[in-house]
Amino acid sequence: MTHPASATRNRVFVISGLGVALLIGVFLSPFASQNPDGLDRVAQDLKFDKKATEAPPAHKLPFYKVFDEYALRGVPKPLATPLAGFLGTLATFGLAWGVGKLTKRGSAPSDEASPIE
Amino acid sequence: MNFLLLSTRLLPRGLNYAFQPRLAMHVPDGFLNAPVLALTWLISIGLIALALNRVQAEYQDRAVPLMGVCAAFVFAAQMINFPIPGGTSGHLLGGTLAGALLGPWAGSLVMAVVFIVQGVVFQDGGITAMGANIFNMGLIGTFGGYYLLRTIRYVIGRDKLSGMIAGTAVAAWLSVVAASIFCALELAISGTVPLNVALGAMVGWHMLIGIGEALITVATVTFIWRTRPDLLYRSPRRAIANPPCSLSTR
Repeated sequence: MTHPASATRNRVFVISGLGVALLIGVFLSPFASQNPDGLDRVAQDLKFDKKATEAPPAHKLPFYKVFDEYALRGVPKPLATPLAGFLGTLATFGLAWGVGKLTKRGSAPSDEASPIE
Repeated sequence: MNFLLLSTRLLPRGLNYAFQPRLAMHVPDGFLNAPVLALTWLISIGLIALALNRVQAEYQDRAVPLMGVCAAFVFAAQMINFPIPGGTSGHLLGGTLAGALLGPWAGSLVMAVVFIVQGVVFQDGGITAMGANIFNMGLIGTFGGYYLLRTIRYVIGRDKLSGMIAGTAVAAWLSVVAASIFCALELAISGTVPLNVALGAMVGWHMLIGIGEALITVATVTFIWRTRPDLLYRSPRRAIANPPCSLSTR
């Protein structure tokens, strides 16, 4: 069912799609608007922003030692957000692929693994 | 901390560091009370479990790499806050986009992955509030947005790009407004802020942010319709006529 030509076209789509995402994460992220975002703005205007937990659970995770929100720690500032964008985009790609792969593993034979299709 | 770290903390407008303008509609820990957290977790976990089943049963294996691409794109696009008039900003939520490309089931898994990475790795959105964030910004789009999109699209014509564009635009915009309404409800039920105040403020901004959501979603969906229509969930029939068929048919 999977023709070699369409397999190649799919591969091209996946690689270029990931490439576009990485370009956005690396080169556009430094230009993101620094204005407060929707909920953030409302929280400030209505004065409930202080209700946010000072030391949220995420700060106890090892990732907090590596990333300060969308900034990689320990690198010069101009690189911090682009590198966080690069690593975050790759991690999201890999995790979603992995979730899909694991979900499909328990089901009927795959068209990659099985020569029948 | 050293000087380098300090310099990254010099934020515009003298905002408190803890409230760095990255929260988006991402609810942080502390805004919602325990019952609201529990309920939103339950709903999100239930729908994700359903989505896992449906993906296993209905999707082709070649949908798996597309899930990776879609998740990567939504994650990267969510980093890009666009300014809206009035000194606020917004960014793509992406639920309707994921639903349009991958259907509600794989689309929901993709959105859950995005919010998990954001919350766990990048401290964007509270861990305790992750159920609420997955529901508000993900599942409202992948289910509500998707089914609204499909209804509008099929009324105009399944094989017409105009139907896809109209459905995508309306669904994307409405999913953001609906997300802001749910967010306001959750805040109000939690006793964080009175409902009428929260509704007015949230919905007002997100009616503007939704326009950005609609533009980005329509542009992306149109591009894929023109280049690889066969990859769309419920693809136009001319694309199915050729071998690689729709993601949902086995």
